[in-house]
Amino acid sequence: MDKKKIEANKKGSGNAASLIKRITGNQLFIPIMAIVLLALINLIAGPSFFRVKLINNNDGNPQFSGSLITILDYGSELAILAIGMTLVTAASGGQDISVGATIAIAGSAMLRILCGSNQHPETLKAPIIVAFLVACLVGMLCGAFNGALVAIFKIQPMIATLIMFTAGRSIAAWINSNRLPIVPGKEFKYFGGVIPGIPIPTTVFIVIICIIAIALALKFTNLGLYTQAVGINEKSARLNGINPILIKFLAFVILGLCVAVAALIKVSRISSINYNVIAKDIEMDAILAVALGGNALSGGKFNMWASILGAYVIQFLTTTLYRFHIQSDALAAYKAVVVILLVLFSAPKVREVISGLIKKIFSGSKGNNGKKTLTALAAAGAAEGAGTDAFDEVSVSEDAVSTSEEESDSKKEEAVQ
Amino acid sequence: MKEKKLKGGIFNRVSDTNLLFFITVVIFFLMYIGAVVFRGGGFSKPQTLFDILNSNAGLIIVALGLSVVMITGGIDISVGGVVGLVTMCCAVYLDKTPGGGNVYVSMLIAVGIGLAFGLVQGFLVAYCDIQPFIVTLAGMFFARGMTTIVHTKPFNVENSAFQKLKNTRIEIPGLGWYTKKGIYFPAYIEIGVVVALALVVILFIVLRYTKLGRAFYAVGGNKQSALMLGINVKRTKFLSHVICGVLAGIAGYVYFLNVGSGSVSHATGMEMNAIASAIIGGTMLTGGVGNIVGTLFGVLSLCTIQKIVASAGLGEAWWTGITIAAMLCLFLLIQSVVIRLKKRTLKV
Repeated sequence: MDKKKIEANKKGSGNAASLIKRITGNQLFIPIMAIVLLALINLIAGPSFFRVKLINNNDGNPQFSGSLITILDYGSELAILAIGMTLVTAASGGQDISVGATIAIAGSAMLRILCGSNQHPETLKAPIIVAFLVACLVGMLCGAFNGALVAIFKIQPMIATLIMFTAGRSIAAWINSNRLPIVPGKEFKYFGGVIPGIPIPTTVFIVIICIIAIALALKFTNLGLYTQAVGINEKSARLNGINPILIKFLAFVILGLCVAVAALIKVSRISSINYNVIAKDIEMDAILAVALGGNALSGGKFNMWASILGAYVIQFLTTTLYRFHIQSDALAAYKAVVVILLVLFSAPKVREVISGLIKKIFSGSKGNNGKKTLTALAAAGAAEGAGTDAFDEVSVSEDAVSTSEEESDSKKEEAVQ
Repeated sequence: MKEKKLKGGIFNRVSDTNLLFFITVVIFFLMYIGAVVFRGGGFSKPQTLFDILNSNAGLIIVALGLSVVMITGGIDISVGGVVGLVTMCCAVYLDKTPGGGNVYVSMLIAVGIGLAFGLVQGFLVAYCDIQPFIVTLAGMFFARGMTTIVHTKPFNVENSAFQKLKNTRIEIPGLGWYTKKGIYFPAYIEIGVVVALALVVILFIVLRYTKLGRAFYAVGGNKQSALMLGINVKRTKFLSHVICGVLAGIAGYVYFLNVGSGSVSHATGMEMNAIASAIIGGTMLTGGVGNIVGTLFGVLSLCTIQKIVASAGLGEAWWTGITIAAMLCLFLLIQSVVIRLKKRTLKV
């Protein structure tokens, strides 16, 4: 592959453009570029950002500390949510905007089980695993409600989840009668902090477990394939024997499960809950993570790893902005600018224009160097080159073929001129 | 059998837009009459309705703009943020500039901010082919962030010219009431309501009788066939966002006239209320279906149910959220079932 790339470089202008296109066409390109860019900015501002120290936390347990650890730690809820959100986006072509509110509900249910009706209990009223299972059940129920509205009643996902978005925090407050119970004991804190003896944040392990689970599910079941099929064309999916209603419903239930895990982390971090603040605006971040991963928000094909990477990009951005002493309230404005720039450069339309510009620059320089007849010859040669390139790319993907065909077409036009 | 046929006939004759509008209006009147009958007192006074209008004129205008975008098949969730930003900017301009700002200039600021948001977002959505949800999401983040950058602490605006404008009340003869002591209170509406109602009429005419208005419906209904009909789809989308932005700017000023202060927490969650009102008013997010007057009734329904919940003594804050959600759910289910029934009868 590398040899080919070098050859392609030697071939000259047309192929250089197509190589750029091939690299930038990869879905992982945008999130990786974003991470590299952010890392560079931080490096220029001072390398202390990358220092990782081993310190003792408030409870006297060893713990790694540093900005990179913070990113891994605090990006985990977002990464977990991104898994479910990617599936929902791919299957239904819409987004769930109620995840923040459902985190509040699941967290509230968890506290209700752990603390009973007592605001400051001495001991846990139930094992943590029971509370977590109840939270999972609640999360999945909320997901099932959204899923039923979307799949069975055919309401647009954003609007269907608007119901839960409006009611969620109110329901969460209602479950605990607006009390703010505090969970006793240290064990519950382990999920959002560190386990004694292991200096790496527990959340990292939780994320790894979730990623392995979804990777296994995608590998050994037809979940991924069916989800994409439903997202691309629901009718043809049904004609092929897939039940679109079930697939959409399932995507929302899986998201519900992800929400419950995120709620466990969120509640565990502070051992309590604040109904109006917990996981505020996280739905927006989760959707942005999916979009940053280059997944079409209108459904269809998806790349799970790009989404998860997207989640960490957002956390990286947040941490970087905090580093430059930007107020947490004003954070959103900077985030918005960065997101718009990223999305703008990943938009197919804009990329076309840019690659067109690159092509123009290359062919323009050629025109300056040689005589007119030579230019025409070179352009024809480039067209041929593009043609063979298209032949190479047949095995890569259909999209690439169509784009390089367009390219060669435009080349031919140039040659004619 | 006969009845079914007749039903099918009615369904076929009425368009989606009119059917959903009809359902909304009927439910609103049933709800209001129910409130008057069962809760009596306050609801029988015309001023209660006017109060709902007075405090929600901004929401009405925002929902109007959102309806236009939704009819064209897009979405704009930055409107709440724009309202907040406009309120803060105008408040800072009027109160913090030395010598006090000019009221008319502040109006220009409001419309200018809205227009800027509309232009940028419209360009990104229509000409760069980025999903409207992402663009306006970023717009919302940007507006909310900018609001805190402009000013953080809440403050009251004490500009005299502004106060005069804010306290202008248009009395409506014949609808006032007497207290037990015999003092007469006239019924009144604020300037914002007049602006909102005027905009309802203008937009209604534009959407129903102009080429541009029909283009909005055509693009929202089916982009491909709109293109075949020779409609400039990109420009139509662009214009829908520009209209929405300008209306959000105007709404910001109207909202500002109502609250008369600058605060970061102003208009939080307004975009969701506006979307909910538009849906209750019979606009569908899939595009091509919607009615401006329906949106007005959507806002009124939403605010009336809030008032009913408050007056029913369910004081706990969480009941408001739950009832609004329940109502939204009800309307969505009605829409879904009605549209499906209609499709079935059409097939038969």
